[in-house]
Amino acid sequence: MRFTLLSRAALVALSSIAPAVAHGHGFAGKRFFPATLATEDPFVADELALPTIFWQKMPGEGDGAGTRETHVSAEFAKRITENLGVGIGTTYKIVRPDAGETQRGFDNLEVHFKYAFYRNDAHEAIVSAGIDWDMGGTGARRVGAESFSTITPAVFFGKGLGELPDDVKWLRPLAITGQVGVGFPTRSSTTIASDDGETASRALAQRSALLGSPELRHGGHTQGTSNGDGDVERHPHTLDWAFSIQYSLPYLQSFVQDVGLTAPFNRMIPVVEFAMSTALDRGASGTTGTVNPGIIWAGQNIQWAIEAVIPVNRRSGDSVGVLAQLHFFLDDLFPQTLGRPLIR
Amino acid sequence: MKTMRFAVACLLSIAVATSAPAFAHAFLEHASPAVGSTVHESPASVRLSFSEALEPAFSRAHVEDATGKVVDAGDGHVEAADRTIVAVDVPPLAPGTYRVRWRVVSIDTHVTEGDYTFTIAK
Repeated sequence: MRFTLLSRAALVALSSIAPAVAHGHGFAGKRFFPATLATEDPFVADELALPTIFWQKMPGEGDGAGTRETHVSAEFAKRITENLGVGIGTTYKIVRPDAGETQRGFDNLEVHFKYAFYRNDAHEAIVSAGIDWDMGGTGARRVGAESFSTITPAVFFGKGLGELPDDVKWLRPLAITGQVGVGFPTRSSTTIASDDGETASRALAQRSALLGSPELRHGGHTQGTSNGDGDVERHPHTLDWAFSIQYSLPYLQSFVQDVGLTAPFNRMIPVVEFAMSTALDRGASGTTGTVNPGIIWAGQNIQWAIEAVIPVNRRSGDSVGVLAQLHFFLDDLFPQTLGRPLIR
Repeated sequence: MKTMRFAVACLLSIAVATSAPAFAHAFLEHASPAVGSTVHESPASVRLSFSEALEPAFSRAHVEDATGKVVDAGDGHVEAADRTIVAVDVPPLAPGTYRVRWRVVSIDTHVTEGDYTFTIAK
């Protein structure tokens, strides 16, 4: 550890006298990793995702009515140092039940910190660790925002396959990114008190339907039981895991084989994301999640992406949804101001 | 409705902000000889065309043979007339596979790097 600290001190000293150059967002060596939509990427960056739009029809609980949900999200991430960043995000939700009144409101605020502690340019690899705080009570209960917080420490990674031999050079544009974390709710259960047991049960069923959204992976495992005071909603710990498989056409074109792609195809990255959550305890079990095939187009300053959202089982949904995002690379747009680390 | 108006206002603001000239990472757009190509004569030079203007002092390219030995003329440079192009002369090369390595710094100081191969057929 002492050696590591000394080495870091030496690197900091060297960097202060070296030319002020910077590796930007999403690069490990010659590999560019785009910002993925359902899988948190491993990079610390100055970026703005605005908007991210999600739409899906969700099934009801039992014979209950389903809902059509639209989420409009924004997330801003800022580098504090070259390898440490902070981000904040919010989501505005519109929930339209098949039967009943449309509900609108903000979900809880989310704050996250991330530290990239390993990067190997030659091997196109990066690993980072972070913590996400879903801030309970900051959103509207009517759209399913929790009254309690969920803290999720996680590890993120990215690896490109550019080292593959010539025999399989067409696979070199492949890369994988992923994340694994455990969600810790700050409350083990919530009692929905009501004088009318039927009302409480209906409320719980409605909330369970809301929380079943694959975007709300922490809440997708709400387990309800009844007692004398009302219905009890349990909040299990969850294993949140996700990964993406991406085939970079820019990588193919620039480093493997010029196949003559022109705009816009020469900046496209076909991707498949897998976003899952597995309940670990408190009477809940099973996995919910989605498989999201889509396309990312990464330009000089922005990227856009669109994905289908395919539930892996009925608990995760019963119809295909859509996820789309416009993403701004602030380090490229504002390299001398907003797009640089606060501490250099 | 207020939220929708706010979102539209945000998007418009960003669109205006981003309509100004901006700088970015330099991506390799074209190369001669082309990436992964096979040519039948030794090229006189290797030319790399990037998506952004480059800092001449920190942008270089060189050519290696199959053993990793540098075989270019050692004059890799950013062209003065077009600062998106890096060029390096090469002497007549024997048939074989050659690797072009480059590392460039765009004018906003972002670094990009890469390499590719081309083959001179017998």
